[in-house]
Amino acid sequence: MLDILLSSLGQLFTLSHLLFMVLGVLVGLVVGIIPGLGGIAGMSLLLPFLYGMEPTVALGMLMGLVAVIPTGDTFASVLLGIPGSSASQATVIDGFSLAKRGQAARALSSAFLSSMIGGLIGAVILTGFILIARPLVLSFSSSELFMLTLLGLSMVAVLSGRDLFKGLAACGLGLLVGAIGMAPATGEFRMNFGLDYLYDGLPLVVVGLGIFALPEIVDLLVKRGSIAEEPCKLGEGWRQGIRDVREQRGLVARCAAIGSLIGTIPGLAGSVVDWLTYGHAVQSAKDKSEFGKGDIRGVIAPESANNACACGAMVPTLLFGVPGSGTAAVFLGGLLLLGLQPGVGMIETHLDLTYTIIWSLALANILGAALCLVLARPVAGLTRVPFATLAPLITVLIMFAAFQATRSTGDLIALGAVGILGVLFKQANWSRPAFLIGFVLAPGAEGYFYQAVQFQGADAFMRPGVLIIGSLILAALFIPLLRSLWIKRRQASSVGAASTDRTEPSTLGVIDVVLFAALLGTAIVAWLDVADLTLIGGIMPRLAIAILAVSCLMEIARCLMHRPQWEHQAIGLQGLWLVGFFALVGAMQLLGFITAATLFCLVFLLAIARLKPWVAAVMAFGVTAFLVGMAEFLTLTYPSGLIDPWLFG
Amino acid sequence: MMINKTATSKPTLGRLKKAALLGLAITGLGLTTSVQAQDVEVPGNIKWTIPFGVGGGTDVWARFFSPWLSESLSGEPTLMIDNVPGGGSINGANLFAVRAKSDGSDWLGTSASTQYPVMLDDPRVRYDYSDWTPILATPTGGVVYAQPSLGESADTALDALLEQPVKLAAQNPTGVELPVLIALDMLGADVQAVFGMRSRGEGRLAFERGEADIDFQTTSAYLSNVEPLVEAGKAVPLFSLGVLNDEGKIVRDPAFPDLPTFNEVYQARHGEAPSGKEYEAFRKFFASGYALQKLIMVPKDTPQALIDTYRQAARDFVDTEAFKEAADAQLGPYTPVIGETVQRHLDDAMSINDATRDWLADWLQSEHGAKI
Repeated sequence: MLDILLSSLGQLFTLSHLLFMVLGVLVGLVVGIIPGLGGIAGMSLLLPFLYGMEPTVALGMLMGLVAVIPTGDTFASVLLGIPGSSASQATVIDGFSLAKRGQAARALSSAFLSSMIGGLIGAVILTGFILIARPLVLSFSSSELFMLTLLGLSMVAVLSGRDLFKGLAACGLGLLVGAIGMAPATGEFRMNFGLDYLYDGLPLVVVGLGIFALPEIVDLLVKRGSIAEEPCKLGEGWRQGIRDVREQRGLVARCAAIGSLIGTIPGLAGSVVDWLTYGHAVQSAKDKSEFGKGDIRGVIAPESANNACACGAMVPTLLFGVPGSGTAAVFLGGLLLLGLQPGVGMIETHLDLTYTIIWSLALANILGAALCLVLARPVAGLTRVPFATLAPLITVLIMFAAFQATRSTGDLIALGAVGILGVLFKQANWSRPAFLIGFVLAPGAEGYFYQAVQFQGADAFMRPGVLIIGSLILAALFIPLLRSLWIKRRQASSVGAASTDRTEPSTLGVIDVVLFAALLGTAIVAWLDVADLTLIGGIMPRLAIAILAVSCLMEIARCLMHRPQWEHQAIGLQGLWLVGFFALVGAMQLLGFITAATLFCLVFLLAIARLKPWVAAVMAFGVTAFLVGMAEFLTLTYPSGLIDPWLFG
Repeated sequence: MMINKTATSKPTLGRLKKAALLGLAITGLGLTTSVQAQDVEVPGNIKWTIPFGVGGGTDVWARFFSPWLSESLSGEPTLMIDNVPGGGSINGANLFAVRAKSDGSDWLGTSASTQYPVMLDDPRVRYDYSDWTPILATPTGGVVYAQPSLGESADTALDALLEQPVKLAAQNPTGVELPVLIALDMLGADVQAVFGMRSRGEGRLAFERGEADIDFQTTSAYLSNVEPLVEAGKAVPLFSLGVLNDEGKIVRDPAFPDLPTFNEVYQARHGEAPSGKEYEAFRKFFASGYALQKLIMVPKDTPQALIDTYRQAARDFVDTEAFKEAADAQLGPYTPVIGETVQRHLDDAMSINDATRDWLADWLQSEHGAKI
């Protein structure tokens, strides 16, 4: 045993291994920083070189890539509010809020440091755990997996706080949108309205970008100014971020442990772990008021978990040949190309390779996070640039990212459609994370529930694992409630009749009314569409519709009873920018993606950002070069339109 | 995009030059020559559309084959793999049907999930296999195995299987498990298929967890992940699906020479060879999903000489020891099938008559509650 550990450690520090690992790290950073690309695109860049390579060296390269992607994508999440990949969605909430408060450098440095520590903890846990992981992975049957998705969904309640019904409605809508596509149990197609694009359901990347990034762009354009609304102190912020991690070391350790263990469960991994740890950070905090407005703990928790989760996801990939995440799925393909069949053999005959993989992960984590830490300070300066200058570039970037999802025009239209919802939610202060959680967990919740019932019948819900997770869910839902009641009572008894009732009166605005109408309308249309589905195939959308409709009605009832204050909610300018977005999509169809993107940047920079003509020209040319280069690297075919074929082949 | 352009312009130019040279030669020497297949100009860049995501089975398969194919073609063309995932490979195949040029610079890699929707008349399918010509096909086999709690030996496990309902974890009613489900039904087993697995691997996990009573894996996954279970006494192999020989008969799988095929088991249990619409459906879906699991296709209008060149290039390397050694890990102990044989088997497999399809639709509806 010890000799195997030593020999793989020796492998790790051979020159060729280190060189290729650094190569993997660099590719991973670039791919991670460009939003929407993520692990799958990175793997596809490296895969062509894989066949025929020495396995240990090739594995070093792949692990370099896998390890740093959840690190690199933090840049886009924090600085631009763009969820770089599914692993960094929770980071956006507080990370971007911190950037808006001028604390981008602080958010980045603590994110990278906690990423590094999380990754290391993950690797250490994995070193011992991989030997005994088989029975544990097998003890998670479909019913436990279903309960875990429920635990993820219960975070909606934690995150919505006071606006519980709005949060539930958002989550119900997310569940409904997540149910578009094929019913896992019967293979029926649901709610595709005859559109080919919807047969596979909406891609996560598109929904993430539409719900988070597009509304932020629109909002910043309406407000003008730069991303940072308060003055930035880059150097001070950078050091502050490091101190934050030191103060929150308990949180880092807990979230890393949660991340690496959840990562080992095949089929769930990345999608729940960042929301679970974010929810955990909210719950364990004494003062919750800053979450969502820029609390550093909201950055540290998901970031320490997602790198650990990438380590954990190696367990099912290596031991069972069942990938734990999208990136791991591509990594699995890489293993096969190297002639390695994942399975028990990875422990019995290739244990040295397995350890090379694990420790490459750890080493690459350190390397990647160190590079990012160095970069964090200068790059955070971006938040001081007037936003009008950045806006066209970011818009093209998120359109490019969305287009990666299925490489069809439908991606761009879906981005705009989800973007409208995102803008309405943002303006009226409805919970966007709740929508996303519902969307992400819908397929898992449905699939595992059906499997649990089919495989185990009623016994499914008496299993010890199920009961344990069930009590965790109850704790998540009720402990905060009880605690606040207890605090209230104690305050009431000690201070007497001191006014603890300082909750602001609830408000209602025109967008709320529009949303109620639109959501109830959606519920009716969806109900009619799923009317002729079989019982099993239709139960999930019907449940989602019920959640959506009932929570909307409850909220309306609450408004009628409590007479909320009428609040002015601006939407005119936002709507105008959204129309502009769709005009851009139309132009891309007509003229071609590259031509329209270039022209858009040029015109925008000249007319709205009022840059000097040569600066605008150089930046627009940069956009062209980026898009053409990416097409070359990733064998992409953009919507070609009338002009692109002439100019760009 | 730039790549496409070079890929298209080069062969035309090349062919012109070739034709001019040939004309000179003929007039100069006063001789008539026939163009040998090997003399055709191969495009410098070949775009190989794979309608699946990066790292999936078919993608890995294509990436394994591309260096071998490239090296045995004259001029060593660059094979660019273009992944177009979506709709379980229907989207990519639809796009290929519209976009592909028939100058030999466009290839398509297909798999069972590209073939099955055609046979089931899926409304999303806008491609037609008769528009394409196969270059090469790789077969795979598969094994059905059971929990030892059903019986310690294959025979006792089969007996138990026929007496009590058993569960099997599958992907969807029309996925790769379809022939297996038909086969088990023909034997008389009451199989409750639990759908919604995202891969065969998840199905195997359900078996290992003890949730599924029986399971099925294709050859390479069986060898690496189920064989250890069999050795540890945690799984009992029941039968293989067999392989198709050149005459189109189902024979024992070279990967599992000691394991009876489904046909043998049926014969032993029922005293006669399997027949009828059920068997017709089984045989067709087995042929297109297993015997010809993955195919390299080019548009039908590709010059015949070029098609012959591609097929010859494949023949040149599949029999070498180096290839066999490398292929063992990737494809299992099967030899790729090339050229006309593929065409013959493919025509046979894909032509499914309405009566059989109707039977299948009824059967899927009544046995598994699925509409097609």
